Amino acid sequence: MIKKIPRKPAVDGDAAVKEALRRIDQPTRRLFLQRSLTLGGLSLLTGCGIVDDESVERVLMKVSRFNDKVQAWIFDPDQLAPTYPESMITRPFRFNAYYGEDEIRPVNGDTYRLEVSGLVADKHAWSLAELRAMPQTEQITRLICVEGWSAIGKWGGVTFSTFLKRIGADTTAKYVGFKCSDDYYTSIDMPTALHPQTQLTLSFDGETLPPRYGFPMKLRMPTKLGYKNPKHIAALFVTNDNPGGYWEDQGYNWFGGS
Amino acid sequence: MTNNPAPIHPAWLRITHWINVIAVVILVMSGWRIYNASPFFDFKIPAGITLGGWLGGAIQWHFAAMWLLAANGLVYLLLNTVTGRLRHKFFPISPRAIVADLLAALRGKLSHADPRQYNAVQRAAYLFVILDALLLILSGLTLWKPVQFPLLHDLMGGYESARRVHFFAMAALVGFVIVHLAMVALVPRTLLTMIRGK
Repeated sequence: MIKKIPRKPAVDGDAAVKEALRRIDQPTRRLFLQRSLTLGGLSLLTGCGIVDDESVERVLMKVSRFNDKVQAWIFDPDQLAPTYPESMITRPFRFNAYYGEDEIRPVNGDTYRLEVSGLVADKHAWSLAELRAMPQTEQITRLICVEGWSAIGKWGGVTFSTFLKRIGADTTAKYVGFKCSDDYYTSIDMPTALHPQTQLTLSFDGETLPPRYGFPMKLRMPTKLGYKNPKHIAALFVTNDNPGGYWEDQGYNWFGGS
Repeated sequence: MTNNPAPIHPAWLRITHWINVIAVVILVMSGWRIYNASPFFDFKIPAGITLGGWLGGAIQWHFAAMWLLAANGLVYLLLNTVTGRLRHKFFPISPRAIVADLLAALRGKLSHADPRQYNAVQRAAYLFVILDALLLILSGLTLWKPVQFPLLHDLMGGYESARRVHFFAMAALVGFVIVHLAMVALVPRTLLTMIRGK
């Protein structure tokens, strides 16, 4: 039966309500299963097909670059990461790299020289003894991995800003890049490089930095995710051209800040 | 049609609703992929219903859709407040009314007297999901910037606690969506009103 709906403008709202009610009262409930299946099918379709599209990937990369800028803006050079008591140190501390623990490449500490290049005044290569002779600091901070897990560790070494001043780095430059002896590479922004908790790390948990945590030297930043903290550093350079990074070039966010 | 009746859902509400659907679907599915990279429970989410392909891709989706959710949510809350819709549609609300309407609904006796008015269960459910989305955003901000937002970090009980808060708030949101979709399947007309407005 079709009801004629009165077409008086003043009561049109009410007419719509009545019309809606009439339809709701129809015995549609038996269609419940059928319709839920349809909704389920629809939800399965979402996401598929567009994931690998190149233009979508380009847009996502652009948003990631935008997120770099937002993070640089949020970053407070004076805001310290939380520190923890010795009792909270995670033991054993998790090994993490882009390769397995049995594939760690040994580095000879006696012949090791840290190469320094780019926008710096003093480009002489540093021996481990020279680095150990500099003022040392310690921090117990939380390492947060991009995968989500976190662990608290104790790292010791030279405050990176002290080192940068010592080599006469141009601190108005934008980036510091790192090349590692395990072929890893990454780069960071200058404000983070100058952060008081950014550390050229030579020790872990009170002992010489072991190979699995980056012997002979790593960079520790509690203000950045794990993949931004390079291990086995062989060379560093100051530059105005973004050097990218091993994971960053594959799609991890470049800034990677916490 | 020349004399369109006033819509049950204004255009801005329908637009923000469907943008929100897109944002939530992307965020939940990419979030599941991110969870799978380091699950803190004994289960993983089946890869087939996750988004991003790998962790890096999932994070890109997640951190793009977060802007959509936040901007759209802001527009929604702003318009909802200034138009008075929030007050008219969601209040008054009382625990007694929620229980009464819930019992009526379970007995299949809940009145659909006026689709322009939300019953107490709807009011509670929609207010709940607004607050849940807020919790998702705050716990998500904590996970993104645990160092830069120390107050949020402490409020969430630290980084590891914030992960759990974010997860359970997601589970609550998914629970809401399931019930919401079941209700739409029961009363399909509501899907049309959310598309056409009437």
